Amino acid sequence: MGRGRLEIIAESLIEWVIRLCGISAIIFIFAIFLFVFKEGAEFLFNELDLTEFFFSKEWYPTSGYNKRYGVLALIVGTGSVTILAMLIAVPFGLGAAVFISEFCGPRLKESLKILIELLAAIPSVVWGFIGLTVINQLIIHVFNAPVGLNILNGGIILALMSVPIIVSIGEDALKAVPDSYREAAVAMGATRWQLIRRVLLPAAKNGLLAAALLGVGRAVGETMAVLMATGHSVNMPNSVLDSVRTLTATIAAELGEAPVNSDHYQVLFIIGLLLFSITFVVNMTADLIVRGVRKK
Amino acid sequence: MVKQNPKIEISDLKVRYDDVHAINGISFDILENEIFGIIGPAQSGKTTLLKVINRTIDFSPEARVTGRVKVDGKDVMRVGNVYALRRKIGMVSPLPVGLPLSIYDNVAFAPRMAGIRERSQLDELVEKCLHQAALWDEVKDRLHSLGTKLSGGQQQRLTIARALSHEPEILCLDEFSIAIDPVTTMKIEDVLKQLRSKMTVILVTNLVQQARRLADRTAFMMNGELVEVGSNDVIFSDNPANRKTYEYVNGIFG
Amino acid sequence: MSSVESKSNPKGSGVRRFAESAGIRRKFRQEAMVKWLLAGATGMMLVPLILIIAYLVFKALPILSVGFLLDNPVKGMREGGVWAPFVGTMYLIVISLAIAAPIGVLAAVYLNEYAREGWFTRIINLAVINLAGVPSIVHALFGLGAFVLFAGLGRSVLAASLTLAIMTLPVIIASTKEALASVPMSFRQACWNVGATRWQTIRHIVLPNSISGILTGIILQVSRAAGETAPIMFTGAVFFKKVQQGDMFPYGLLDQCMALSMHLFTISTQVPGVPMELPYGTAVVLLATVLLVNICSIVLRVYLRSRKKW
Ligand SMILES: Nc1ncnc2c1ncn2[C@@H]1O[C@H](COP(=O)(O)OP(=O)(O)O)[C@@H](O)[C@H]1O
Ligand SMILES: [Mg+2]
Repeated sequence: MGRGRLEIIAESLIEWVIRLCGISAIIFIFAIFLFVFKEGAEFLFNELDLTEFFFSKEWYPTSGYNKRYGVLALIVGTGSVTILAMLIAVPFGLGAAVFISEFCGPRLKESLKILIELLAAIPSVVWGFIGLTVINQLIIHVFNAPVGLNILNGGIILALMSVPIIVSIGEDALKAVPDSYREAAVAMGATRWQLIRRVLLPAAKNGLLAAALLGVGRAVGETMAVLMATGHSVNMPNSVLDSVRTLTATIAAELGEAPVNSDHYQVLFIIGLLLFSITFVVNMTADLIVRGVRKK
Repeated sequence: MVKQNPKIEISDLKVRYDDVHAINGISFDILENEIFGIIGPAQSGKTTLLKVINRTIDFSPEARVTGRVKVDGKDVMRVGNVYALRRKIGMVSPLPVGLPLSIYDNVAFAPRMAGIRERSQLDELVEKCLHQAALWDEVKDRLHSLGTKLSGGQQQRLTIARALSHEPEILCLDEFSIAIDPVTTMKIEDVLKQLRSKMTVILVTNLVQQARRLADRTAFMMNGELVEVGSNDVIFSDNPANRKTYEYVNGIFG
Repeated sequence: MSSVESKSNPKGSGVRRFAESAGIRRKFRQEAMVKWLLAGATGMMLVPLILIIAYLVFKALPILSVGFLLDNPVKGMREGGVWAPFVGTMYLIVISLAIAAPIGVLAAVYLNEYAREGWFTRIINLAVINLAGVPSIVHALFGLGAFVLFAGLGRSVLAASLTLAIMTLPVIIASTKEALASVPMSFRQACWNVGATRWQTIRHIVLPNSISGILTGIILQVSRAAGETAPIMFTGAVFFKKVQQGDMFPYGLLDQCMALSMHLFTISTQVPGVPMELPYGTAVVLLATVLLVNICSIVLRVYLRSRKKW
């Protein structure tokens, strides 16, 4: 019953291929960092004034005599849209997670989860288009605003886009609370509301926090939808009805016109690096929190 | 009794999982073509010993093995081809495992993995093993239905048929009756009687009486130590060498 | 736990049996209110979605027809259909998944079947999580730097597909890992016991029995690859490219291509004077493609779950 030598060699070859694929994620995450860094490195180390970069509102990358690369307005743009989106999405998302996890029969639960899956599948450019048309019109009508492409529009769109991930991670967190907790609370005569507020939410606290964080990560990194829905003007906003421009939208809008290796081009890569770092930190934190939950 | 050659020689075997000492230095021989019983309370390292013998201990990376286990005079921890070693040993685990394949493919799995492709040869082997495992009559008309859909007792016999399919010289059974009905247990015990003197059988069992009925010699293990090993006449007598053996065999503890 | 006790049963049990009926009624009312509140939250995100989709379809109705799908955009994209972008999207889907699926599945096989617990595996898992969180525009920057410029592929179908592949990879790894983990450990042990190698066990038992989960995970990435715009915008997709009408293979690997998502962006924001039903039609075609693929994956999942082998 001997197997061919060839087969044994083939097998060890396959194992090596598998190992190589196994570390692909590490390779790619490093490659992404390296290439984005490499394209912007020269300008980052030689000419870029980091204080100006972070604290100046002046973004004039294509000006003939007075080039300015301050991204404060863009950061504020990203921040304001993200915060508004989370203010909407977190309560709704976690509410929906509690509803799906605690109040639904298996049938309804399955259907709702499928709907939420479909919600997550809608492409961001379609969301952008919805912002550009439907929500734009709505805002103009409701607020009597001259244009409806602004923080509010972007926030609503981003909220709808981040809700699925918040719901699904939040539901996982609630599912992880042992049933014995629920039974004990119910046996003591707690109402469902008391059960949720006093038992489930504290027990699932970390998981729910992670869900919210992942929603933030999603919102900060979103590009097409905010490019189309927030009005596209670099601007320190005074109200949610002001137009803004986000970090992501700036790259998307300007990369096509920036000549390769020009200062402008390199600054866009530095913004990319900034985005990479923000989402990296957000994701790491969310993971640490989730892992903390599992350990317990 | 004629003098038999040792099939498996265990000397000063120690196995440690990180900081759990599963086996603390045991030594004994298992002879060719005998049924060798191993009894002892749970957690005494019986399963771990079987895993060392067929080197599936490799799949528990936290395990550290020292000392020696020789099969046919060769140290198992140093054999070149572990797959050949594993095919030399049939292993039946406590819970029945039907692979999610047809009954036929369950039994033909091992020979196929070893490179046998010829249909007639496989047919013959499958029939022989199912006969040996006392399952043929029950399944001969539905060889191509799923093995996982058989009853627990049938699946355990399927597992035995699979363990015999690579024509092993040693058959290890690890508490095979733990999850099956008494009727099937008796059927399998009959199978073992048939196999006696055709191959070496290691019967790890939680049922003291099963070892008494079937084994030629029996070892009693506890907490990773070997308490006593000897022929059944001694182990199950009123005065075995160790007091603990008497107490365990007679249900005073354990 | 103790807080539950003190809040829910402040007066001690037994003594006030009768007085409780009013309390019970209040409890019920509160309970119902909470339930409807939460149901409302769930509805508030799903109902608008359905309304919006209905609205898009309604606006697109005048233009939706087979011809709209099979015609090329003409007259500076102000007339005609979506054939060229549609085929381009199919190209991107097929090529990116042909790259990402094998790598992703094997990576998951490594993580679930070979890797030992320890710091190295932990780092890989962290890398997967972070890769999944990289913003799509950063993927675009990477694709531009690595594939278009460094590897010299230029802006091409291949460069765009590679970029999309890396974006879909972590999700394929995660879903495949979950599918593999659902195969019971005892099957593997049974195979090892009869002398099967690790790879034989994976190839003959583990993969065939997790294929449904693996496939649904991959299919879900089809819709992702179809919908993404940012990563292909600078790596291969262009505003406009002339192709033969009805030609199934208009693009070579190193050609630039059009794509539905990019096309929607272009005609709704970059080209003035486009009649409004055109972007609505394009949005509906894109949405239909994506949702159809998702529904297929859901149906497949339900079907395969119903005929589990153990
Ligand atoms: N994979 C493992 N990792 C850590 N400890 C283990 C592992 N397998 C077994 N053990 C420990 O080794 C000891 C012996 O177990 P085992 O060989 O299964 O005993 P038995 O089969 O006699 O019940 C037990 O204390 C058990 O907890
Ligand atoms: Mg055991």
